[in-house]
Amino acid sequence: MFPKGTKRKFSDSREEPVAGGEDVNQSSLAAVRMLSSYSLQRQSLLDMSLIKLQLCHMLVEPNLCRSVLIANTVRQIQEEMTQDGTWQIMTQALSAANAAAQCSADRLVATEVLCRQTEAAQGEQVPKPFPVVGSEGCPAKEVLEEEAAAAEVGMTMSTVSPQAPTSYLPGTFGMDPCWEEEETGEDDDDEEEEEDSEECGSGSEGEERERDSLVEDTRTAEQVFGTFEIKNPAPSPDPALEELFSDVDASYYDLDTVLTGMQSVPKMGPYDLLESLSSHGPSPLSSSTSCRSDLNELDHIMEIIVGS
Amino acid sequence: LYSHKKVGWKPADIISTVEFNHSGELLATGDKGGRVVIFQQELESKNQPQCRGEYNVYSTFQSHEPEFDYLKSLEIEEKINKIRWLPQKNAAQFLLSTNDKTIKLWKISERDKRPEGYNLKEEDGRYRDPTTVTTLRVPVFQPMDLMVEASPRRVFANAHTYHINSISVNSDCETYLSADDLRINLWNLEITDRSFNIVDIKPVNMEELTEVITAAEFHPNQCNTFVYSSSKGTIRLCDMRASALCDQHSKLFEEPEDPSNRSFFSEIISSISDVKFSHSGRYMMTRDYLSVKIWDLNMESRPVETYQVHEYLRSKLCSLYENDCIFDKFECCWNGNDSVVMTGSYNNFFRMFDRGYRQDVTLEASRESSKPRSVLKPRKVCTGGKRKKDEISVDSLDFNKKILHTAWHPQDNIIAVATTNNLYIFQDKL
Repeated sequence: MFPKGTKRKFSDSREEPVAGGEDVNQSSLAAVRMLSSYSLQRQSLLDMSLIKLQLCHMLVEPNLCRSVLIANTVRQIQEEMTQDGTWQIMTQALSAANAAAQCSADRLVATEVLCRQTEAAQGEQVPKPFPVVGSEGCPAKEVLEEEAAAAEVGMTMSTVSPQAPTSYLPGTFGMDPCWEEEETGEDDDDEEEEEDSEECGSGSEGEERERDSLVEDTRTAEQVFGTFEIKNPAPSPDPALEELFSDVDASYYDLDTVLTGMQSVPKMGPYDLLESLSSHGPSPLSSSTSCRSDLNELDHIMEIIVGS
Repeated sequence: LYSHKKVGWKPADIISTVEFNHSGELLATGDKGGRVVIFQQELESKNQPQCRGEYNVYSTFQSHEPEFDYLKSLEIEEKINKIRWLPQKNAAQFLLSTNDKTIKLWKISERDKRPEGYNLKEEDGRYRDPTTVTTLRVPVFQPMDLMVEASPRRVFANAHTYHINSISVNSDCETYLSADDLRINLWNLEITDRSFNIVDIKPVNMEELTEVITAAEFHPNQCNTFVYSSSKGTIRLCDMRASALCDQHSKLFEEPEDPSNRSFFSEIISSISDVKFSHSGRYMMTRDYLSVKIWDLNMESRPVETYQVHEYLRSKLCSLYENDCIFDKFECCWNGNDSVVMTGSYNNFFRMFDRGYRQDVTLEASRESSKPRSVLKPRKVCTGGKRKKDEISVDSLDFNKKILHTAWHPQDNIIAVATTNNLYIFQDKL
């Protein structure tokens, strides 16, 4: 359930926050194998929970009990990670990367960290395609697999680093420049691309789409995680809407926003969901399609994290 | 045990609630499509004494329709969440049925005669010219085929912002409560435009929300007492005489967590999915994900009995979280004399726990294992090691086949068990 591929990412981030070169990769590999599976499981659980929170509002009015239980689980994990210091490492990495942020697009956690760490570590200006890792298998996430079934995968990391807030970034904790560099290495690239093509399709086409779709709704990450980061309170709803519905109890609506980060989500049935995930064209920036692109994005991010 | 089943074919036929009336003669089911189907027990036939009285369809009606909330741009499901019968007072039967937002009071009445002999109308229904009517004829009631009519008598709407999970009729037979995720309201059965809020756990800032109400029920005898359970595994007993708003509980029932079993899923599996008072009113039973607990109302610190429903799932919690099964809400029920409790599980299994004899049994509700007039065979789940013949291993359990709703006849050993697509009625032939 937790293959070596995931382990490698995680331990890399712990051992070598900023590095480059082949020899580092090898020492990281060694360090990786000693990583506790508990941290991996915890990470995986966190990622899974965040996906559930994101997706639960896509259907008919979400089940509040379920949302609250999932949110509490995420909080628990965050607290524990804060206590053992892993949370701070991730936040620091993000802050460092923040300075180097160039792009205005705000993306889901994983992408941000990946982008920034890449830039900070390598100082590259040119976008470099990163195939989604399919190395040595990956944890089978039912949710992901369903969504990813029809989606192509390709990642472009650099230019699209978002201008994200200093809020923490859960779920990306396992991401690390070392891992990425390892994959930029010639041999690894070939290996990864081979495996990648097995499951995910070619890189270049996805890369283009990725760039386009990454120029997105900037509120998402902030809103999704606003609840969990004390420093960043959830953004207030649209004042015009507020006024219009001032006599209406919009509290449920707010929770929805807070927990799931999407305000004007168009109603989508299950088939719409699959359809949107398999669409390949660049999506124009608009709130009506933002959730579909977000799903694409989410899908990509999770594949990086999970290494499918 | 006999088995007797009705079959549903469409997703809308998925049964979402099952409830016997107070005499046990009627059994109501609600489904995902908003329909209510009522079964009636046939009277014992002298010709076939073994045939205790099978349940046949008595009435079917559409209780709720799908709606659309324009403000939130969300659909309101027509799925019937709960049905509760009112105690019978006259010839007609009354039940409350609710979906996520609206509760309705239905009157079910029989008509087996009709007046005939009017001479005021023509054959085609037009009124005759009064001057042509020369005799005074009093209509006479003639027998007709039994017709069962269901008519909505009250609609209790617009009182719940969140999804209604429970309704419970008070022993005073005048009021009832309805509970959603964050609030509980008290209604008078006669008054639809007003309800009183008696519990409100909504935080001022919704970001601080960490706990929701999962179930609520009135005490069977004390009309001032009710309980509600939460997603954190607590049960609060409230006395309506204490104050108008029962945010302060009279009693708080909570079992301290077992530190050796602690995991990230501890809270989720402690969430209570159902709470039911015993018929006596002395105990209450709660169902959480893995167990059933019996509480003595006089002891808040811990339950007096705990029964493991499917402990073998404890090592599978991560997978069950992934596929959302961990959020399944199982119900539980007491038998007529509170000696046995029953609840559902996966793979169409359901479990019974005999409190007196300290025995439990696992049974299966399926077409293959239940032929009419055959005795149900106890099932067993193999938890590890060598699997014996007839045992099922944990990994081959079908988690799509879940029994969430079960009901027990108030007096006899007759149970109703709802699988996803079917309703099974089992009778204990003595």
